[in-house]
Amino acid sequence: MNQTAVSVRGLTKRYGDVRAVDGIDLEIGTGEVFAILGPNGAGKSTTVEIMEGYRERDAGEVSVLGIDPRHPTRLWRSRVGIVLQTANDTAELTVRETVRHFAAMYPSARDPDEVIAKVGLTEKARTRLRQLSGGQRRRVDVALGVIGHPELLFLDEPTTGFDPEARRQFWELIKGLADDGTTIVLTTHYLDEAEALADRVAVIAKGRIVAEGDPATLGGRASAQATVSWLEDGGRRHVETHTPTAAVLDLTARFDGEVPELTVTRPSLEDVYLRLINPEDEEGRK
Amino acid sequence: MTETVASPHAGAVDGAGIGRLPSVVASGWNRAAVETKMFFREKDAVIFTFSFPIILLVIFGSIFQGELDGHITVAQLYTAGLIGAGVMSASFQNLGVGIAVDRDDGTLKRLAGTPMPRSAYFVGKILSVLALSVLEVAILLAVGVVMYDLNLPSAPGTWITFAWVFVLGITASSLLGIAVSSLPRSSKSATAVISMPFVVLQFISGVFIPFTVLPEWLMRIASFFPLRWMCQGFRSVFLGEAGASLELAKSYELGRVALVLGAWIVGGLVLCLTTFRWKGRRDG
Repeated sequence: MNQTAVSVRGLTKRYGDVRAVDGIDLEIGTGEVFAILGPNGAGKSTTVEIMEGYRERDAGEVSVLGIDPRHPTRLWRSRVGIVLQTANDTAELTVRETVRHFAAMYPSARDPDEVIAKVGLTEKARTRLRQLSGGQRRRVDVALGVIGHPELLFLDEPTTGFDPEARRQFWELIKGLADDGTTIVLTTHYLDEAEALADRVAVIAKGRIVAEGDPATLGGRASAQATVSWLEDGGRRHVETHTPTAAVLDLTARFDGEVPELTVTRPSLEDVYLRLINPEDEEGRK
Repeated sequence: MTETVASPHAGAVDGAGIGRLPSVVASGWNRAAVETKMFFREKDAVIFTFSFPIILLVIFGSIFQGELDGHITVAQLYTAGLIGAGVMSASFQNLGVGIAVDRDDGTLKRLAGTPMPRSAYFVGKILSVLALSVLEVAILLAVGVVMYDLNLPSAPGTWITFAWVFVLGITASSLLGIAVSSLPRSSKSATAVISMPFVVLQFISGVFIPFTVLPEWLMRIASFFPLRWMCQGFRSVFLGEAGASLELAKSYELGRVALVLGAWIVGGLVLCLTTFRWKGRRDG
């Protein structure tokens, strides 16, 4: 499928004098898992909330499933699932009561018990939300996000505050939804999350997109120079090169065998990311 | 996951092949059931809402015994006043605090993101307030009858008056409660912000202290607000003809009661439509 699920052109949003979103363009295809990556305050949540129809924009064109979210219809709402960043509502209801309550709002909801099973809360179905852990609570949020059988699911920083195991389980859940054909737009400030889940990533910094693409090649990561490093005369030596294999062969010849403490590294996604969101560090003071 | 509907994704695009969107009535009923269930599970809120007027009736009924002129018992007087206060507590205070909490804990934001018609939220709130108020009034009347020999009126016309004062009063107070829910900055301050004006109103509207002993400027202030008129309407029900002479105008002024409560319904509706926020302050 090559249809467009979300299309954003020249999106701008100001809070007072601050340009929270400063001219963002995005194109997200149907069935794609798209991650919006960026530090806190970069404009991720504002961008997503405009797409969700929660926030007004100052300028730009936005189309989500063919509708301008500025004027959401009930039918459109039934096709879009939203997992909020923080929510503590229906604390006195049980998991099953909550999921059933929301199921009744949609024209073609999924089976509540199946959704509860899918998010791994079957054993907690009779527990009140107040008594759930943070991770379990987020699973309820996901259950409510997908109960209406959405074509498009928004996840705003879904795993903030998770322990590593809970995060892995959550990723499996999201991958399962993506395999079902749901288009997923998620914001995160975790690089490993974007790398694990997303087909495509956009990095936002100071309200602008500074890079966009496959997480494996983001910011020229795949073609970046590798660093060959070794120990010589009591100090570390570094060489940056496009041909690290040749460099290692040279060193092997020079040392006539084992090179002391040899390493060959390429920039991690984190290196690329930090360079993208802090270009000043590379360019020096402006 | 098994698909409950054949190819819902394709169907949803052209609107065919998917179920129908639930109606406002069904959605409102869905909300009312959940609201009422949640209310009764929140034990502190239940106690706060119900016990307040009942405890006061017990206290006042025990302190002040005997009759006023015209064979009106003090219990009758306080039952009428506290039904007014009880209805306002179940509607104004309950909604004012409850909606501020809903705004703060994400309830409103989440509901706004679903296809639920927004009016269903208010239908649910009002139906649940109605249920609570009926229960509150029933308990107050039972306490009055059992403990303080309250004589319930027998004339059907009196109960018709009771019904319309109850409905107009609860509607006006609910709309006001919805409107004031936007005032507290967070759910933490909501109880204090909403309770203060309510307590003041009870003192100046003839709930605790007979309206006629108030200084004129306080009477004027109280006459702006619905509680004074609700209490006056309820007094006409429970004190009967004999009590009319105790009123400021030597009559219950039922026409005026209807007029003021009706005006508050219109004003409250306008206030709600213009000031209601679906988002919390930190949501921008």
